[in-house]
Amino acid sequence: MSKEAPERVVDDPNVAMQNSPEFDQLRSKFRRFVFPLTALFLAWYFLYVLLSVFAKDFMGTRVLGNITWGLILGLLQFVSTFTITMVYARWADRVFDPEAEALAQKMGVQQ
Amino acid sequence: MSALLTSAPSLVPAATTVGNPAINIGIFALFVVVTLAIVIRASRNNRSAAEYYAGGRAFTGRQNGIAIAGDYLSAASFLGIAGAIAINGYDGFLYSIGFLVAWLVALLLVAELLRNVGKYTMADVLSFRLRQRPVRIAAAISTLVVSFFYLLAQMAGAGGLVALLLGIEGAVGQRLVIVVVGILMIFYVIFGGMKGTTWVQIIKAVLLIIGAAIMTFWVLAKFGLSLSNLLGEATATSQEAGGKDLLQPGLQYKNPVDFISLSMALVLGTAGLPHVLMRFYTVPTSREARRSVVWAIWLIGIFYIFTLILGFGAADLVGAAAIKAAPGGVNSAAPLLAFELGGEILLGIISAVAFATILAVVAGLTITASASLSHDIYNTVVKKGTATPEEEVKVARIAALVLGAIAIIGGIFALGQNIAFLVALAFAIAASANLPTILYSLFWKRFNTRGALWSIYGGLISAITLIIFSPVVSGKPIDPLTKKSPSMLQGVDFHWFPLDNPGIISIPLGFVLGYIGTVTSREYNAAKYAEMEVRSLTGHGAETATHH
Repeated sequence: MSKEAPERVVDDPNVAMQNSPEFDQLRSKFRRFVFPLTALFLAWYFLYVLLSVFAKDFMGTRVLGNITWGLILGLLQFVSTFTITMVYARWADRVFDPEAEALAQKMGVQQ
Repeated sequence: MSALLTSAPSLVPAATTVGNPAINIGIFALFVVVTLAIVIRASRNNRSAAEYYAGGRAFTGRQNGIAIAGDYLSAASFLGIAGAIAINGYDGFLYSIGFLVAWLVALLLVAELLRNVGKYTMADVLSFRLRQRPVRIAAAISTLVVSFFYLLAQMAGAGGLVALLLGIEGAVGQRLVIVVVGILMIFYVIFGGMKGTTWVQIIKAVLLIIGAAIMTFWVLAKFGLSLSNLLGEATATSQEAGGKDLLQPGLQYKNPVDFISLSMALVLGTAGLPHVLMRFYTVPTSREARRSVVWAIWLIGIFYIFTLILGFGAADLVGAAAIKAAPGGVNSAAPLLAFELGGEILLGIISAVAFATILAVVAGLTITASASLSHDIYNTVVKKGTATPEEEVKVARIAALVLGAIAIIGGIFALGQNIAFLVALAFAIAASANLPTILYSLFWKRFNTRGALWSIYGGLISAITLIIFSPVVSGKPIDPLTKKSPSMLQGVDFHWFPLDNPGIISIPLGFVLGYIGTVTSREYNAAKYAEMEVRSLTGHGAETATHH
């Protein structure tokens, strides 16, 4: 699509909002929370996958009765998934939503 | 117990029924009657596009979360994973972990932003700040391909299940049942729209989770409520029958690279599945979208823990040989276990639930594919955005009819394939063609039309090409037990790609092509990008629920 004329872009309330310091803060707050968490769970998942593939003897070692390291680490993947879910939902409900809603209201008033 | 079945295969002969077909059909018919009544009720105000495609965006987070679980816990999850664990032990369990962890990608990166930006389809988000026509066409093609693979998996599951339950080994009978399933599904979608489909999924999810829970505790009770005992007995049974130690990794995946490839597809595929993404439009706000994923993660996670127990339970109580010899093959592990535990009544209930699962998931896929055909192709490409909502809904209904017919024909061809496996391929395509574009669209300022097209088509074409020339389609050695090659085609071998799953090549390729396409094009729409980013994070301007 053709580029917008610069004057019109400046008038655009969305562009104004996007360039505002509050929005900048909201975006970086979101990314600073979500990106590291994503990196963390992906790294932990692939560590588990690599162990299952390259450390078969270790993963097949029985620890508690017939329960192996592979099963324990696998069940810990469930635990970490549930934990991250609850941590994120709590943060989003309490920290992120109020700030996002405040900016949405501001946009609503402008129009 | 297991010795009984394995040593006397005549108990499960190829052409005889397990359980009582009348009970199986009766329970399933009851489910159909109840859900049809609900669909007809839900269809009363299905005229507007928002009603038909998104159920009026009036579902709560919890309802949608249960429906997502219903959509996601397909026949592949229930029958496929339980069967994979029963036969390959620990390696089968690995499937479920990838399927679960994948939801974090959807929760953290996709669900809420997508809910704020989009309207009815995945393409709404992808094309928001790019050139509508080419991007919508690409996104619609990818939606159709992913949905088609997923549909094949479900239809194959239906056929296998029927073979087992009704003793219909003959091709005609199995095909007839696939036709019946297909027609029912078309009815749900055409009359119920998204609202009816969602209710079918909610009912089915509740039945499935309760059914699996009962079987799980039943199995555990047989082993003194000890997971360790269960695992010990299951491995002992397997080894007595000449099998391997089920707790060792590597029974299913001899090739480490193949397994890494599959894991990538599983964990990155979910957030690119169009029928999952479309579910986020059925709630009124991004907060409810978040809540639905939280519900879905809990339900799906708990269900996969059940399948772990069920799989090992089937390995011991039914035995690998009996499972493989049964008409439905690996997919029949869970129904055979139900028969072993609770006789024909429990088998009837579990089979009806499994049927319901297939019906509900197929309906969800069909509504997604038909919405994309109508909203993305018909309205934007054919009518240049001038179609009225009534026209769009009408076209979507016709599309559902056509897609249903294609699903029936495809399902007939896919009979006998391992369904967890077909689903893994759908995940690989979704992760390669859809996820890169979704993430770039939402998070990368510079992203543009060429990047989107290269990424979608590059991911799609590479994934499909690699699948065609993989051992999945041709060239696997013959299994001594079943006397057949596990490949799709028998007696030919044109494979050159060594892996079963293309993810390890096609997913990075999708990301890289999206990057190269973007940096070689100068297109950039500042105003649209600002609108999209502000909308995605704050929810300002997002579609709201319809009131009536």
